[in-house]
Amino acid sequence: MTTGLKIVVVGGFGVGKTTMVRSVSEIRPLSTEETMTQAGMGIDDASGVQTKTTTTVAFDFGRISLNEQMVLYLFGAPGQDRFWFLWDRLFSGTLGAVVLVDARRLADSWYAIDRLEHHGMPFIVARNNFDEPKHPLERIREALDLSEEVPLIDCDARQRDSSKAVLIALVNHLHAMSSARGVTR
Amino acid sequence: MISPRVASEDPDRLYTVTGGRSRADESAMDVVTLIVSECDPTPGMQSEHVRILQMCRRPMAVVEISSELRLPVSVVRILLCDLLDTGRITARHPPKAPARAQLPDPEILEQVLVGLQNL
Repeated sequence: MTTGLKIVVVGGFGVGKTTMVRSVSEIRPLSTEETMTQAGMGIDDASGVQTKTTTTVAFDFGRISLNEQMVLYLFGAPGQDRFWFLWDRLFSGTLGAVVLVDARRLADSWYAIDRLEHHGMPFIVARNNFDEPKHPLERIREALDLSEEVPLIDCDARQRDSSKAVLIALVNHLHAMSSARGVTR
Repeated sequence: MISPRVASEDPDRLYTVTGGRSRADESAMDVVTLIVSECDPTPGMQSEHVRILQMCRRPMAVVEISSELRLPVSVVRILLCDLLDTGRITARHPPKAPARAQLPDPEILEQVLVGLQNL
């Protein structure tokens, strides 16, 4: 019987997450959402009224049948704070993550990178180029304050081969980390 | 931004769909757990259950069912637990989530790589 696996593409609004999912998915990307209601935090609030807050996060996903036994689900997820609140419920057990960045709006990715590090989730960073890139990748690495161990690559999310290469780069990175850890075990 | 779909959703409806339960033994039900029907729908069954049994004649992930039913993942998890408890579906869970800061099995990753390269 088949097993489901997942990889998450995280990034700011309009950076090309859905485009990337679409370019490699065997189905038209679908979307759904998760909600979570919890008692408010305002116990010390002067009003004394217990409030409830509902967190809703919408996300897209696509599917890639890898072989007879494995189906990979690729999720495109927003990087804003509300989303990270639901990370453990939705994406624990994810193989790894791709942080998709737009060089014109790098600040949008700082939070996502910080959160992935916080969750101990391995990731790579891919710069999505709509045009000819203006800056060398090393400048992007500096601007993101990204450690040397984290792979940073260029891509064009509209191109299937390019998006595929991003996923391969991520899995290669995971494999290298996983094998290295195996040796020291 | 509240999603228009949930904002416009009558909360009573979500309450009714799940029979009023807000929790289920759903922790094992991952977004990519694959669901397969083990029987056909029977008369009198709740309509969401009927649709799940129909769409899962071939394996389908929890998140796909959620998208198809236009219901949040957590509501779908509860519906699926009902069907699982009564043996109407079977569930294939993904490899156990590695503990924090651990990595997936290299053998699984090698198979994923081959699959991606063959796309």
